[in-house]
Amino acid sequence: MKTDIILSGVGGQGIVSIAATIGMAAIRENLYLKQSEVHGMSQRGGAVQSNLRLSDKEIMSDLIPLGGAEMILSVEPMESLRYLPYLSRQGWLVTNTSPYVNIPNYPDIEEVIREVEALPNHVALDADKIAKDTGSARSSNIVMLGAASPFLNLPVESLQEGIRQIFGRKGEDIVNANLKAFEAGRKVAENNK
Amino acid sequence: MQTLLLMGDEAIAQGGLDAGISGIYAYPGTPSTEIMEYVQMSKMAKEGNVFSNWSANEKTAMEAALGMSYAGKRSIVCMKHVGLNVAADPFINSAVTGVNGGMVVAVADDPSMHSSQNEQDSRFYGKFALLPVLEPSSQQEAYEMTYKGFELSEKYQVPVLLRLTTRLAHSRSGVERLERREQNKIRLPEDPRQFVLLPAIARKRYKVLLSHQKGFESESEQSPYNAYFPGQDKSTGFIVCGLAYNYLMENFVNRELKNPLLKICQYPLPRKLVEQIASECEQLLVIEDGYPIVEEMLKGFLEKGIKVKGRLDGTLPRDGEMTPDHVANALGFTVNKGKDVPSVVTGRPPSMCKGCSHIDMYNSLNEALEPYGEGRVFSDIGCYTLGALEPFNAINSCVDMGASVTMAKGAADAGLCPSVAVIGDSTFTHSGITGLLDCVNDGSPVTIIISDNSTTAMTGGQTSSGTGRIDEICRGVGADPSHVKVINPLKKYHDQNTEIIKQELEHKGVSVIIAQRECIQTATRKKKEKKK
Ligand SMILES: Cc1ncc(C[n+]2csc(CCOP(=O)(O)OP(=O)(O)O)c2C)c(N)n1
Repeated sequence: MKTDIILSGVGGQGIVSIAATIGMAAIRENLYLKQSEVHGMSQRGGAVQSNLRLSDKEIMSDLIPLGGAEMILSVEPMESLRYLPYLSRQGWLVTNTSPYVNIPNYPDIEEVIREVEALPNHVALDADKIAKDTGSARSSNIVMLGAASPFLNLPVESLQEGIRQIFGRKGEDIVNANLKAFEAGRKVAENNK
Repeated sequence: MQTLLLMGDEAIAQGGLDAGISGIYAYPGTPSTEIMEYVQMSKMAKEGNVFSNWSANEKTAMEAALGMSYAGKRSIVCMKHVGLNVAADPFINSAVTGVNGGMVVAVADDPSMHSSQNEQDSRFYGKFALLPVLEPSSQQEAYEMTYKGFELSEKYQVPVLLRLTTRLAHSRSGVERLERREQNKIRLPEDPRQFVLLPAIARKRYKVLLSHQKGFESESEQSPYNAYFPGQDKSTGFIVCGLAYNYLMENFVNRELKNPLLKICQYPLPRKLVEQIASECEQLLVIEDGYPIVEEMLKGFLEKGIKVKGRLDGTLPRDGEMTPDHVANALGFTVNKGKDVPSVVTGRPPSMCKGCSHIDMYNSLNEALEPYGEGRVFSDIGCYTLGALEPFNAINSCVDMGASVTMAKGAADAGLCPSVAVIGDSTFTHSGITGLLDCVNDGSPVTIIISDNSTTAMTGGQTSSGTGRIDEICRGVGADPSHVKVINPLKKYHDQNTEIIKQELEHKGVSVIIAQRECIQTATRKKKEKKK
């Protein structure tokens, strides 16, 4: 078993929490894990990405090879397309459809969504809206984790446990809000799989 | 023992703590910053009273680490690659003095310049200083090499250079810990003159360093991190350094590797192992994440020996970070690239945050400079460097920390007037103060704007050495108090700030304008913490 995931988004959108949660779940399952990200300049509202690799065998490279990813998991629609060369032809693209517009020349969002929908394997959902509906607008990243969960080869309980560990410091309310967000995202993906 | 999920940087920090460091010295710089930050957050460090404050710059950090080593204790000093330029003087000389307590110099290089001005390779500095260099290929090795690096350092009484690159620095994986070792007790050097580099003593010390070279080489030959793997296909032998080992092996996850392979993670080069692979193979392919330093050494200027392929002959790209895909191409394997990036995708460069004080500073500066025309603003390194981009287009240089002040001075000396420097508070205390002294001594007609957000923002908001005292420092250096102005860069003060800058641009001597308002990120974080 091997799962290579590219996480993408914009600085500050919370892909680090997604990566950390999956990481915790992988450790619980005794899997090998490598998770690489680029810090620094990327904090300032720029594009950010993280390479997350899980396997039951030792992992060599910290970087996912071109065309090697089983999934692109993106919290922003245009950012989901930026890493397509890394997605395997059979891979899944799971993305939020709600754009993060912090540049003057952001493309026509409908054109962006058309590109997403042109892919054979995709799940697209408005995670911002779903997060708001569950009462926790700031949990859209975890909605996306929920939407990705059916494709992750990781038991749901381990991911939920990961959420508890990662958000535990912030109190019971935040943990529950994120568990709810996770469930909401998961449901959308199950219905669209 | 316990397994931890750690980034390469964190593994180094934990390795140092478990090896019994008494202090860590550093100046922030991506991708090395998290080494210090991990120690600052560590309970174990707190209990052990491990010194862990940021230094004013890399040179002061290196010297303090050497001082701790002089006192017999173990110390680690951390920086990004360009920081080693700043600390090069104490670094090269510490190889000659040698150390007393173990000392590891951890330097993070940034191939592909993810957040740097260049992609220099610190292994050159190791060779230059004639010191052993360790280059981990995994988080586990980063941990162990730090731990064992101290043993190597104390065995030969020299500093040891630990070189890593961005990818490992910022990638997490499982790390198993070794047994925790107690800190050293205070113990002065046996030879009271060891650290006195008067020429007569330095000549002796240098010979001591030279006499260790054979020992360093045999350490490399016996190192568990350097390994020779035999193979039957002798048409090409692979020599891989550090992370490049992983990129090669990634290409053989589902293929059988039939070629001889030499993995190198400790320098100087293990001569016997290199000779062995060279004598067995028809040609060599050298793969490195950084400059082609090993490749160049093996190739030789006259290229009289065995054929060596790599970055220099175009088998691999000459610049940029190594990747598994570059290696696949070099091996002639097909890369199953996914779909191309659709043309709707546009770039999303980093930008200054909403509410950032630098924005208001630039708005005033641009307006004040309008009558003089473009091309007279020398800037520096920090968030404010983003003033080079749209819509500001406000600066004309960014070279190295502190260069804004001195380049503005040089341009003013040449007759460019007004000549402006824009520098951040942390960069000013890092390397701008001495430049200001030059300006003061010469009465240079420069306008120095210190955009003081009271933090080191670019690297994540670390403490800044001169917070709250920037104006005092400028006056202390000798700037005329009537031309040291403090302004509050807020939109509502735009007109009056612009007016002050205009006046100072007209002044034919040194002016310092301190645009002082806290970084919006730090301020928000503090507010949140208060609420809790
Ligand atoms: C010699 C050297 N050390 C460290 C760095 C990394 N670095 C780049 S910007 C920066 C922070 C600058 O802080 P400041 O001048 O206060 O500006 P701010 O980012 O807060 O606006 C640092 C540490 C570097 N580029 N060069």
